[in-house]
Amino acid sequence: MSLVALIDYGSGNLHSAGRALREAARLGETGHEIRITNRAEDILAAERVVLPGVGHFADCAAGLRAQTGVVEALETACLKGGKPFLGICVGMQLLAETGREDGATPGLGWIAGEVARIQPGDAFRVPHMGWNELSLRGAPHPVLSGLGAEPHVYFTHSYAFTTADPADMAATASYGAEAITAAVARANLFGTQFHPEKSQALGLRILSNFLSWDP
Amino acid sequence: MTLKTRIIPCLDVKDGRTVKGVNFVDLKDAGDPVALAKAYDAQGADELCFLDISATHEGRGTLMDIVSATAEQCFMPLTVGGGVRSAENMVALLRAGADKVAINSAAVADPSVISRCAAKAGSQAVVVAIDARAVGDHWEIFTHGGRKETGIDAVAFAKEAEARGAGEILLTSMDRDGTKSGYDLPLLKAITGAVNIPVIASGGAGKVGDLAPAVIEGGATAVLAASIFHFGEATIAEARAALATAGAPVRPLAN
Repeated sequence: MSLVALIDYGSGNLHSAGRALREAARLGETGHEIRITNRAEDILAAERVVLPGVGHFADCAAGLRAQTGVVEALETACLKGGKPFLGICVGMQLLAETGREDGATPGLGWIAGEVARIQPGDAFRVPHMGWNELSLRGAPHPVLSGLGAEPHVYFTHSYAFTTADPADMAATASYGAEAITAAVARANLFGTQFHPEKSQALGLRILSNFLSWDP
Repeated sequence: MTLKTRIIPCLDVKDGRTVKGVNFVDLKDAGDPVALAKAYDAQGADELCFLDISATHEGRGTLMDIVSATAEQCFMPLTVGGGVRSAENMVALLRAGADKVAINSAAVADPSVISRCAAKAGSQAVVVAIDARAVGDHWEIFTHGGRKETGIDAVAFAKEAEARGAGEILLTSMDRDGTKSGYDLPLLKAITGAVNIPVIASGGAGKVGDLAPAVIEGGATAVLAASIFHFGEATIAEARAALATAGAPVRPLAN
């Protein structure tokens, strides 16, 4: 059975992500075992990797680095080894070089860019919280395929990832003056600012797409 | 192409059952919360709220089991409140499957708990629940399920909650709660005009036509209702259609 390593570093949405991934594997009949783990050997043995995350960038970065050998295993398996990687919310933001939530904190630096507070303008409340429509950029990414017209997903965040290369943005959402990065993609790396595990049928479809994605 | 109005059914839970009262008393049974949650997920509710209305006095183990069982079956955001006193309580609920935790009495008694919760779990997970009632020409906060008067001004407290890191305000009008006479629009306007975080309108929805004014006139970004949904008077789809007709942005029914 193909293994998905779901990284446990104390993130609040760990179990929600686990349940949704199991449901997505069932619906997509992909046959994956979803293993919640903080062990480097599981990451190295896995077919693909999911990094969840909610809350504070610096806390999450510190939490991830506190897991022995995990960042190194992720680099070996995903950054160098090409295994499909999905980051969710702060798990996606950690792909950035720097997070600017209460000072500058280094991220994994796998995708160039920064995570900074969203500035949608006076008429827009922060956090950006609720269901918003995805605008896919360029050719639809396989993880975002088959979503139908006007795909809506659930967001809850005050900070967003601005990629240095606009080509790394796979989808945006409109909120105020500037489009907010909703998904990033580069080679075998994919990340969502929104929460697929909380986006009902559409979210399960996205997770199911990820499980069958062959970058 | 903008953020959509959230329709949030609220389950008031007491001793493991969903109940609904008028002005916080005269509770009547409205069913098994997990079954209701599943039904609302299937109907496409935008979010779900559990409030343990007995938790300030009683044990909370039952609520944890319900949260866990609900999270197991529902793939929508879940806010849980009732009896949350500390960042540790909050983390336990998040681990059980809640996405956001509402703090009420404890935040009023000691607003620094808001900062501690936000530091621990992020502002997006911290909902400050305000139960307010008109007193003279302003609104004051009541706590402990509406039983305790505090003399604290609701608008001033909402601003303090925002400054301390609350990510959202759940604003319940105690004058309107369970009366089905519509949301308290002057109260909503006062709070939404004072803060720049999302505000959920609660208390008083008696028909789907009551929802849109909370958004369009009151400035709310989400509408919470219990009675109209639990007792079969309206479906989530009807609520969505009524909001759309009145010009409030809603998520399309297809997904």
